[in-house]
Amino acid sequence: MAVATNKSGQKIWQLRDRNAQLTRWFAWFVAVAIIMYCWQAISEQTTWFFVYDAPNIAGDIMSRAMPPRWPYINELWEPLWDTINIATIGTLLSLILAVPVAFLAARNTTPHQIFCRWPALLIIVSSRSINSLIWALLLVAIIGPGIFAGTIAIALRSIGFCAKLLYEAIEEIDEKQVEAIRATGASPWQVMAYGIVPQIMPTFAGITVFRWDINIRESTVLGLVGAGGIGLQMQSSLNILAWPQVSLILLVIFLAVILSEMVSAKVRGAII
Amino acid sequence: MSASAAASRKWRKPPLIKNPVLRWGLLLGSLAYLLLAFGSMEVNWSRVYEGLDRGGRFILAFSQPDFVSRWSDISAGMLESIIMTITSTAAGIIISIPIGLGAAKNIAPLPVYIICRGIIAVSRALHEIIVAILMVAIFGFGPLAGFITLSFATIGFLAKLLAEDIEDTDRSQAEAIKATGGSWLQWINYGIQPQVMPRLIGLSMYRLDINFRESAILGLVGAGGIGATLNTAFDRYEFDTAAAIIIIIITIVMCLEYLSGIIRRRVQ
Repeated sequence: MAVATNKSGQKIWQLRDRNAQLTRWFAWFVAVAIIMYCWQAISEQTTWFFVYDAPNIAGDIMSRAMPPRWPYINELWEPLWDTINIATIGTLLSLILAVPVAFLAARNTTPHQIFCRWPALLIIVSSRSINSLIWALLLVAIIGPGIFAGTIAIALRSIGFCAKLLYEAIEEIDEKQVEAIRATGASPWQVMAYGIVPQIMPTFAGITVFRWDINIRESTVLGLVGAGGIGLQMQSSLNILAWPQVSLILLVIFLAVILSEMVSAKVRGAII
Repeated sequence: MSASAAASRKWRKPPLIKNPVLRWGLLLGSLAYLLLAFGSMEVNWSRVYEGLDRGGRFILAFSQPDFVSRWSDISAGMLESIIMTITSTAAGIIISIPIGLGAAKNIAPLPVYIICRGIIAVSRALHEIIVAILMVAIFGFGPLAGFITLSFATIGFLAKLLAEDIEDTDRSQAEAIKATGGSWLQWINYGIQPQVMPRLIGLSMYRLDINFRESAILGLVGAGGIGATLNTAFDRYEFDTAAAIIIIIITIVMCLEYLSGIIRRRVQ
């Protein structure tokens, strides 16, 4: 029992006994030591003079950025349209690729546990671990700058995300329905179309909209590495230190992301 | 029943969207949009074709990644990424707990709720790279800008999910603590905290994973980490070095995912 006694022999309630308490303290000690060590490494590489001066600089940037240069908005419509296209077409492409991967990766639908499932899982992990900006960097180096590189980058990054959520949904389906379709003498494709697909359809639609919403946010910055969209305008404005334009672009991005998040929440609410 | 009636009663799969006007409208609308979108997308196919050769070389580079010739750059960048990940996750958790408490509708007063939700919305809407650009402009180049960026991004993620979890907690347990005469702090500590702790730990581990992945790109804008090395490798077409860096990133992310899976299973 986790009970301590005080000097007069009275029992006091405690959450943990002594050993558990000591282990906890030790774990905390190690964690804090690691964090302090890491912090020191950061601190060594920081010019603290700049940091002390940061409030002034931030104020200076703010005063330059305000008010936003409103007429510049006319030059932003086209990149904004491109940004939305990158996100939408990228999401569609990724879905086309993610569905077969998900079926290969799910334990109950994969044709072979080792030769099909492991490669599929590897595709999912590699696509998920690499940020879309790195994909964009790579694709700009390979197929040249432009919207196309951005779209492919978004698609490649989204495969892992969509396939992972989708294969988890496939693994959780109700086997009885699949069994019932199979008992009617249906071919494997018919089993898939009438037994499995209707069960995962709502999840699939939810994942699509959710990823589309994330992709809108990601595609706003792809331009920084030359892969099209509104990020290009931001990069060029930053290069010439046109802060009023930067603040307008940030405002547009903020509104676009909030709007897409609202749309996605509405659609997901309607589906589920 | 006549034969024609039986034939017309052939079973058909019910459509996903019941209302036919909405169904066809959505279909036509998305088709029109796709046509417009593909129309406005300019693809320079000859450039793409030229690039396929380079793409092939990049894929081949994965079969013989070059860890050695730039090892000092790679290891320094990786270490910096890991350091930024650990510190920013710790700082992000510490800051997002009060903000998460403030953004939970059932325990925070309305003005606090609105302010905290505002912080979360701003943090979630701005991509890490955008924040990093601003932070580099304000704090100068180096890992400190990356640290602040990742901490800020962690707040939006963790505080939002924590607040939603707090809103889902069981009221009666918290009520019981209040009924014993516990103070506000005791109420939070014994009534709310035990209910949300497993999820908080799980989310923190997940965020550690995300922060590491994001720290790999912050170097592109000069905010420290492996991104700068990766960018240089791509710019110089040193695909073997880039492949080595990507392999290291994938390995670390896989290890982190495995670790967080174990921890999440233990606390839940």
